[in-house]
Amino acid sequence: MIAFLIRRLGHGLFVLFVVSTVTFAIMIAAPGGPSLLADPKLSVAERAAIEQRLGLDQPATVQYARWLGRAVRGDLGASFLYQTSTLSTIASRIPQTLLLAGTALLLTIGIGIPLGISAAARPGGRLDRLVTACSGIALAVPAFWLGMMLILVFAIWARLLPAGGAVTEGGNIGLLDRGRHLVLPALVLAAAGCAEVVRYTRSAARTTLALPFVATAQARGIPPRRVLWHHVLRHTLASVVSVIGLQLPRLVGGAAITETVFSWPGMGRLGVEAALGRDYPLVMAVTLVVSAGVVVASIVADVTQMLLDPRIRVT
Amino acid sequence: MTGAATVTRGRNRYLSLAAVVLLLLIIMAIVGPALYRVDPLSMDLSIAGTGPTVAHPLGTDESGRDLLARLLAGARVSLSVGMLAMLLAVAVGTTIGTVAGFGGGWVDAVLMRLTDAALAVPALFVVILVLTFMGSSVFTLLGAIAATSWMGAARVVRGELRVLREQPFVEAARALGTPHLTIMVRHLLPHLVPTVLVAATVGVPSAILMESALSFLGLGVQPPAASWGNMLSGAQTYLTSYPWLALYPGLLILCTVLAVNTLGEALRNFFDSAVLTRNLTDRS
Repeated sequence: MIAFLIRRLGHGLFVLFVVSTVTFAIMIAAPGGPSLLADPKLSVAERAAIEQRLGLDQPATVQYARWLGRAVRGDLGASFLYQTSTLSTIASRIPQTLLLAGTALLLTIGIGIPLGISAAARPGGRLDRLVTACSGIALAVPAFWLGMMLILVFAIWARLLPAGGAVTEGGNIGLLDRGRHLVLPALVLAAAGCAEVVRYTRSAARTTLALPFVATAQARGIPPRRVLWHHVLRHTLASVVSVIGLQLPRLVGGAAITETVFSWPGMGRLGVEAALGRDYPLVMAVTLVVSAGVVVASIVADVTQMLLDPRIRVT
Repeated sequence: MTGAATVTRGRNRYLSLAAVVLLLLIIMAIVGPALYRVDPLSMDLSIAGTGPTVAHPLGTDESGRDLLARLLAGARVSLSVGMLAMLLAVAVGTTIGTVAGFGGGWVDAVLMRLTDAALAVPALFVVILVLTFMGSSVFTLLGAIAATSWMGAARVVRGELRVLREQPFVEAARALGTPHLTIMVRHLLPHLVPTVLVAATVGVPSAILMESALSFLGLGVQPPAASWGNMLSGAQTYLTSYPWLALYPGLLILCTVLAVNTLGEALRNFFDSAVLTRNLTDRS
């Protein structure tokens, strides 16, 4: 277990190294410098001074080595645009994204797995057909368009839920208010992943249902409901966890879109803003933090899978 | 009638429907702009945001441009970007998968670690990054989508090759002194066709969705040129006043992706059973 964790952490660090190198390379190779230097009123001397202050006058390899050296010590530099430490800017946005992505993940698991198992219990039944059709649509719908349609129906026509933002501006910020703002974005972010989990759970549960131990359990007179929700569920769960683990990068990437549609003040939007503003240190920091989040979450998924399935505990 | 039979019949019905829808969409994209000769770019603010009229069957957008003409022009862009990006991604993925699967050893290890790393990265995030820094043109758009979606093809091709290269007929070819490249091209590649075909049908919908999302963010196809995605980007601002502007492009994306997904699933089932029968006949 310890050896496994160390190996996984090693892979994770490798991923982070690749991601940061590629990000850095893209920014350096891009035409035009950071937006700070785009001001045509700057004199040559001023420009040189700024470049020197930001370290942009050095060769790319030196810049990258410096960045890496500081990053290892936990210093991700200061944002060009906000003039603040990138980490504190990110820290102020992280709770919102965690709230949104976490709720979406809970919805994915809480809806996806029970629906998949129920659908598998009666293949070809009414529920099964409904679930298959709905998941097909959820996989095919562009998330941002789904968001717009939900805003149109629930916010503009029915006036039941707010159209965007995380809280009502200037209003009393209670738990209910937060919840009302969270419903639509979380549903949109969860839709595609949920559909994938439903489909996977369904097919995994059908495979499990055909195994001898299920027949044994039934023969022993255990009620069908109990067989389904205890024996089959437990057996199916282990492989479903790995599919949920694969959803995480999409959840984070999708957050950028969902947060834009719903003006949600999270990391995804920060990333888009940083990229549009050519804020090099902030882009590097956001990319690194987001990738680190995905890496950690996938390790958690692997460990969960090992805890659920005794057969893979040894490796 | 058993439940299973209903499912199969339902699937066949969906499959024909999907094929018809897809065919219609493609025909619409190819001949549509030639048949419906209204300029998708000409603006007329005096008729901005009107509903359906005789002159404009689907109405006009926020700048008074004909919606039907823009949808047809957008179909060309969205469908071709989707297909080209998929072709590029599958080409890259197949190449990497082939080198890894055929090379084996440390080449395989390095390439697969790289594939795993690429899978762990939030793709959309990287694409947004590339497009903001490199500027968005059709080329960067295609490149960026391909660069973040080749992994699936690489993995299946590598997996398939690792099984194939141990087959007796490959061993025989090797024993006859056939050069590596010839073994590759003549003996192995033909077996990969079904795998690559399935990977390709899986790739088209995700490329179309990615293009629409990027164009929505203003990073994909640049206005005034129309794509289904960037039409939606304009539509969000006018969601309250002209909600139908958001309806049509989204529905078209939904139908396209749904149809391609249905076809892809059918293709996968078909080849699955083909592999099965081949293996069964080999054994007998």
